Amino acid sequence: MSTQPEAAAIPVEEVAESEQWRRLSPRMLVVHPLQELIRAAPALLAVLVAGATSGRGPWWSLGGVGLLVVLGVLRWFTTTYRITPRQVQVRKGLVRRQVLTVPTDRVRTVDVDAQALHRILGLAKVTVGTGRSDKGHEGIKLDSLSRDAAERLRDELLHRRGRPVAEEVPGAAPAPVDPEVVLAALEPRWIKFGPFTLSGLVTVGIVGAFISRLLSETNIEPDRFGPLKFVIHQLSSAPLAQAIAEVVVVLIVVVVVASTAGYVLAFWNFRLTRHTGGTLHVSRGAINTRSTTIEERRLHGAEISEPLLLRSARGARVLAITTGLRVGRGAERGGTLLLPPTPRAESERVARAVLANPDAVDIDLVPHGARARQRRYNRALGLGAILAALAFVLWALDVIGLGIAVATLVLLPIGLLLAADRYRSLGHAVAKSPGGTVLVGRQGSLVRRRVMISREGIIGWNVRQSFFQRRAGLATLIATTAAGHQHYEILDVELGEALRVADSVLPGLVTPFLARPES
Amino acid sequence: METPTDSTRAGTGEAIELRLPRNRVSPRAKAYWLTRALAGWIVLVAAELVWFFVGDDGNTRLHLIGLMVTAVLAAAHLLIMPRWRYAVHRWEITPDAVYTRFGWIDQEWRIAPISRIQTVDSERGALQRLFRLADLTVTTASSAGPLKIHGLDVEVAQRAADELTGNAVASEGDAT
Repeated sequence: MSTQPEAAAIPVEEVAESEQWRRLSPRMLVVHPLQELIRAAPALLAVLVAGATSGRGPWWSLGGVGLLVVLGVLRWFTTTYRITPRQVQVRKGLVRRQVLTVPTDRVRTVDVDAQALHRILGLAKVTVGTGRSDKGHEGIKLDSLSRDAAERLRDELLHRRGRPVAEEVPGAAPAPVDPEVVLAALEPRWIKFGPFTLSGLVTVGIVGAFISRLLSETNIEPDRFGPLKFVIHQLSSAPLAQAIAEVVVVLIVVVVVASTAGYVLAFWNFRLTRHTGGTLHVSRGAINTRSTTIEERRLHGAEISEPLLLRSARGARVLAITTGLRVGRGAERGGTLLLPPTPRAESERVARAVLANPDAVDIDLVPHGARARQRRYNRALGLGAILAALAFVLWALDVIGLGIAVATLVLLPIGLLLAADRYRSLGHAVAKSPGGTVLVGRQGSLVRRRVMISREGIIGWNVRQSFFQRRAGLATLIATTAAGHQHYEILDVELGEALRVADSVLPGLVTPFLARPES
Repeated sequence: METPTDSTRAGTGEAIELRLPRNRVSPRAKAYWLTRALAGWIVLVAAELVWFFVGDDGNTRLHLIGLMVTAVLAAAHLLIMPRWRYAVHRWEITPDAVYTRFGWIDQEWRIAPISRIQTVDSERGALQRLFRLADLTVTTASSAGPLKIHGLDVEVAQRAADELTGNAVASEGDAT
């Protein structure tokens, strides 16, 4: 166990108050044990209800909980952080002392989120995203600070840099007290898009998993419960078709209710604001709150994404393409979400507001032509045909019934529809205006995405041609970037057109490598 | 279309393509790729032989068919792949950009501006040492676009790396 030399080599008096080493909030000492206890609730219940029953499983679980609690407490004692004018530093670790240092001018985003327990205790977790926060580089995480400290940290990191510039102008009017403009705020009519998000499926899954774990740890047979017993009896005595219909209807109702509730809980108080300090600020949440601050200079684009179900209700959502935020899973997309599912017009309005060149949202897309359409059909039908053929082979070998084999033929018309829709989605454009140049690409059917990236965010190009693309004279143009997914592609575009697009977006880079084909 | 976009030129259907990067990789790369692929096939064939002799399912014919199919595929792969790949793999470093093409069945071009280069690595595996070859990897701030030049002569790779690290001054920032 090596001890870190204290930073107090410099006399404390000489260090500005903001530059001293600070600790996480002591209230965190309560949060971690409680969190672990809640997570271990099934095991605890098992021990309490069932007493010392057959298995030792619950006791092992409890031992694990105890260990985690101790580790959590140790974390408080070993973690300190400080902000100097040039760096953010975090010291942590007990056995292996680590010092994470991030130059403040590398800070791109600050994410402040608070789960229910954190909120009760006035705490918040802070994640600092840097230019390198892609896979494997998580950035700096501070779990947890008091709410005030978290807000102060965010201002210090992102808004402080804006100030000196303003102060250079002598006699300029002092900044207004509330220097923010609301770009969007939750409207009650948006909530009708809740059922179209299917986030309820996840909730139902989690609840199901929790119950099944509870049942298995407590060794309780499900049919010992009165109501469950009734339901099981009812279902097993009804005709099969009716039983399936009943289950499906109940599931749909549950998922719709859970999705709507999920939408309300996740996006309650949703606000997207723009600060004069040069940042976009997204805050939301009823029980778990989350607020993400993105340095606008580093926002390299936006994506309007329309999952099929949401699209059928004429809804869409907007994601940020920015460095410092990984595109995650789940309803909030790891904090990149700029606008929750809303009417499409609203999504387009917000995209226009945050993009360097608002034209990118409305510009007509260039279609990719007959050969790209042919490829959509080849691929969709090809996959369906292979699966169906496989099913019939399995039927011939007596592995599956004829009914299942015939059912796979449904894949063919579905494939046709999918291919037609996928081709309709396909398109690209370059929007140029004095505001900036933006590359626009759209593709997808199950999730249709319109990606808009500004020239400043694009580093270079990859041009990919598969064997079949080469024969069709098509290529996939991939813009590489440090933001969002790290690469955004324009699928199945004619090679010549791909190169013209690349040359138009980043003039000069590809020019020396272009040639006329010598046919 | 009346939108203010340069891609309206698309309508002209003017054919353009990418010219080949100027340099080929080392001819010894063909032998290296051949050896590497051969090693993979030998492992597979050995596994099939072990299964044939140790397994006691008695279905000799199926085993022989499997072995023959493997042998034919291996021969075709070993004959075609190294030459095809050698024909495709090319690279070029200009004062402004790094330009590569690689692949064989699927092919890819990559272009990255020198001003956005973050790291230049040259690495040699054990097998590559045997052939006096090295891989050169040029990375940018995007995790999606490392430019890898496989199968360079060791000295060529070293010179290219020196040249790049000498030029690579991130003058425009690294787009993060």
